[in-house]
Amino acid sequence: MGWKFQSNSPVYLQIASTIRADILSGKYAAEEQIPPVRQLAYIAAVNPNTMQRALSQLELDGLLYSKGTAGRFVTGDTAVLEKARHNAVNELLETFLQGCKQLGVTKDEVIQLLNKKEEMECQF
Amino acid sequence: MSILECRSLYKNYGNKRVLENMNISVPAGKIIGLLGPNGCGKSTLIKMICGLLVPSSGEIWVDGMPIGPQTNGIISYLPERTYLSNGMKVIDLIDYFCDFYRDFDRKRAMKMLQDLMIDPASRLRTLSKGTREKVQLIMVMARNAKLYLLDEPIAGVDPASRDYILQTILQNYNPEATVIITTHLIHDIERILDEFVFLGFGGEIVMGGNADDIRGQYGKTLDELFREVFKYVQ
Repeated sequence: MGWKFQSNSPVYLQIASTIRADILSGKYAAEEQIPPVRQLAYIAAVNPNTMQRALSQLELDGLLYSKGTAGRFVTGDTAVLEKARHNAVNELLETFLQGCKQLGVTKDEVIQLLNKKEEMECQF
Repeated sequence: MSILECRSLYKNYGNKRVLENMNISVPAGKIIGLLGPNGCGKSTLIKMICGLLVPSSGEIWVDGMPIGPQTNGIISYLPERTYLSNGMKVIDLIDYFCDFYRDFDRKRAMKMLQDLMIDPASRLRTLSKGTREKVQLIMVMARNAKLYLLDEPIAGVDPASRDYILQTILQNYNPEATVIITTHLIHDIERILDEFVFLGFGGEIVMGGNADDIRGQYGKTLDELFREVFKYVQ
């Protein structure tokens, strides 16, 4: 039912990062209106107040803004979007690099492996 | 404003103490999980709020009123056991609820029956236990009440119907209404809860708060936390 969530962090933060990814990937374009809270809550199968909290978080981050009763829209500020994209990638990299460190893989090896993987994917 | 207030509430069944000095205040507009081990007094509390049981001492206020016909008019109650007559048809039941409750939304009830593929012409006797439970829940959720008391709403139904029922609760409840749910199936309902209360024996409030914050605080789901808090020692 609805979206899947990890057990170890608040649901509203997980929702916020799902919607953030939808904005960064262009599923919701700049200046596009996003669906109303109740509809999103229904789709995700979560409490409407939890959804509200997630959207407030994204407003705080500057990715969404609300036009009073007209609804919520994705920001048109490309600098904000760009910065959010960088932050998201950095977060991924951090987890990745931590994993590499645990495995004792060096930076050179990582770069080598990345290139190799890219080459292989190009062949298909 | 709080929709429900219990002050120094006591309930005994003969010599057996079920609730002991319970104080609770429930804000309006929330979905609240009333969670606790078997026999901790969840159903007793709910029955007292509906006026089906009388407290041994203490007070209960619903929407600023003492328990009576007026509070019953704004409470929609799903009992743990069905009270419906088996000889009735589903459609008769709908007429019955229309007569009894001014806030009953017939259209909504018919839509839910259709969604769950329940034939309104069938007699309750011919339906499975789970389907009967669904019918009962439909009757309860089709009312525009201020306070919904759902005592074990999903215990007897299959996982797919459980999802539908939870979606129904999310969809039908209006932002001013309050829903109190008791259940043991915490994993299934925790994502739709605003607040939770862990009720220990004697009606002691062991823990409570915002259901989502608890995940951040403990790094655990409510279900996991419940198992830890109420763990039995072997």
